[in-house]
Amino acid sequence: MTQRRVVITGAGTVNALAPDVQGTFAAMAEGRCGIGPLDFPDVERLTIRIGAQVRGFPPESHFDKGKLSLYDRFTQFALVAARQAMAQAGLPQESCDHTRWGAIIGTAGGGNATVNEAYRAVYAEGKNRVHPFTVPRLMGNAAASHVSMEFGLMGPSFAVATACASSNHALGLAFQMIRAGLADGMLAGGAESMLNFGGLKAWEGLRVMSPDGCRPFSASRNGMVQGEGAGVFVLETLEGAKARGAEILAEIKGFAMTSDASDIVMPSREGAARAMRLALRDAGITPEAVDYVNAHGTGTAANDKTEAAALSDIFGADLPRLPVSSTKAMHGHCIGATGAIELLACLMALNAGVIAPTLGFEAPDPDCPLDVVPNVARQVRVDTVMTNAFAFGGLNAVLILSKA
Amino acid sequence: MRPDVQDKILSIIAREAAMEPAEVRPDMTLDELGLDSLGLVEMIFAIEETFGVSVPFNANEPTQSEFDISSVGAIVRAVERLISGPQAALA
Repeated sequence: MTQRRVVITGAGTVNALAPDVQGTFAAMAEGRCGIGPLDFPDVERLTIRIGAQVRGFPPESHFDKGKLSLYDRFTQFALVAARQAMAQAGLPQESCDHTRWGAIIGTAGGGNATVNEAYRAVYAEGKNRVHPFTVPRLMGNAAASHVSMEFGLMGPSFAVATACASSNHALGLAFQMIRAGLADGMLAGGAESMLNFGGLKAWEGLRVMSPDGCRPFSASRNGMVQGEGAGVFVLETLEGAKARGAEILAEIKGFAMTSDASDIVMPSREGAARAMRLALRDAGITPEAVDYVNAHGTGTAANDKTEAAALSDIFGADLPRLPVSSTKAMHGHCIGATGAIELLACLMALNAGVIAPTLGFEAPDPDCPLDVVPNVARQVRVDTVMTNAFAFGGLNAVLILSKA
Repeated sequence: MRPDVQDKILSIIAREAAMEPAEVRPDMTLDELGLDSLGLVEMIFAIEETFGVSVPFNANEPTQSEFDISSVGAIVRAVERLISGPQAALA
């Protein structure tokens, strides 16, 4: 039996660059940076005071007041992104069997903002009660559940929590489920919002954050900069999309996930390379077919040199000619949402032939001998892309997509 | 060098390296102590909590930080400077 082919027919996002896909494409093509001074209570007590914060997002303009009290900020981002994706896909439609559709939304922190607010109330302000919906807001599956409720998706829905790889795992699982015939369509992606005092205080303790900017693969890099937002996509069968006459944005060709089984924070060259190799095999292509790699490229010393070494293991002598960019210097490291937001750079490369640049590139690092498309976007025909995500915990997830 | 400061630091480093404080010598490097990146970050946290200081350290550029971690003795001297420096009050 031939496997079912899986395509993307809708995309949606909220991130620091823009509250929609077209705005994000424009920002990525211009090489605009969404990182700036953070603005929230107690920020002056942080050592790290920059991030890619979503601004100008009044939740009341998107949601009824009654429902809003149930939505953490990460759920709000997911719902707005899902609405955009469904609208683009021309869904929902009566003809779709809703019991065969579901939602997989990756997130690392879940309702981290809700946790932060509730702790502030009971510990800092000495209050003895928190909002009655604190639990349904903070639970990690809140975004996936609300997406399923908003669109009446009655098939498999759940959250995936694999730190910085959550989105890629969510998208990859949705792809596998549709391909295997377990579902006909899925809303998949990721959502994250940890830019609050408690969330950032935890991160700065690890001492991997940059105080002044995200410079992936640059010799001058000194850490990651966190962002927030969501990216959600409509995945369905090629057959179904054609039957509906939907516009196909890309085909997902392959996916692989591996575990380093070694260190809770340090990345592994072998684990990353194995994920890329298996994804290529799953897609049934050789490395030469890849025209662009959207790197994990966090801007930490450890990730970037390990990823460059793993890329070299896969692409060998071809690597210097292969465009590899990290868009995290624009939208920040959106943790559980980052793979989904970075998938937009892949869609732009496939459909517009524009490769988003690696901003903040100041000087080459001999340990990262890559064509990082430094600072300025590039016009190139792109038929096939690879997108990497390597998480804390040693969990790696790599997707391969091709032009429709 | 104040002996109480040195003793406290040696005991923090010994705890992170799973050694006896008497086994930790000022000339030892972190490699010799077998401290990995997580152990180092925990050690710095313990120093900050013990002395009420804020240690300037970024794991992405460990050798470029103002805080010298090239040896146990260097760490002790760096902490001494932090304790007597103006930023101690800000921690």
